[in-house]
Amino acid sequence: MLSDASVIFQIAGIGIIVAMIHTILKQMGKEEYAQFATLVGFIIVLLFVINGISDLFQEIKSVFLFQG
Amino acid sequence: MEIINIASLGIVASLLVLVLKEQKPSFSFFIILLTGISIFLFVIQHISEVFRLIQYLGEQANINGMYMETILQIIGIAYIAEFAAHITRDAGLSSVAAKIELAGKVLILVLAVPILTAVIETIIGFIPA
Repeated sequence: MLSDASVIFQIAGIGIIVAMIHTILKQMGKEEYAQFATLVGFIIVLLFVINGISDLFQEIKSVFLFQG
Repeated sequence: MEIINIASLGIVASLLVLVLKEQKPSFSFFIILLTGISIFLFVIQHISEVFRLIQYLGEQANINGMYMETILQIIGIAYIAEFAAHITRDAGLSSVAAKIELAGKVLILVLAVPILTAVIETIIGFIPA
């Protein structure tokens, strides 16, 4: 439970930091780097979420559909 | 008090989503997704305990194992389809959510076919030929 909550906080932190980096790079006039930073942050968060989804589906398979 | 854990998790997640939604909507969607997943993972442990009880009762009552397994699979499909449909609807794709619900209903019907045929065969057996 605690680790799950910490993952949520991590994602929120990554999101805020990526938004900050995006804004700063945009102010500096480097649009493409800003897009790239956003993409990298997105991929990192996607990795967290994919781990969570795979955990969830494994658990559902083992509880509901026995042959999982 | 586990319900306090879950309630506080939901409140904190909604606050984080509110903060993050204006800057990066995609990240806020990921937070929603992970919150749903963690609450579901928390609940599923208790569901498995209840299912163990149901299976034990079924064994005591000498019910055919196939029927119990089918019923549990149907409940599982319903849970998964509901979860996915809600997540997709939160992301604003209510048409896809409706399709997921339709697929869940159809798959449940397919799983229920052996039970339906058993019922119909029993009824036909009652009717004197």
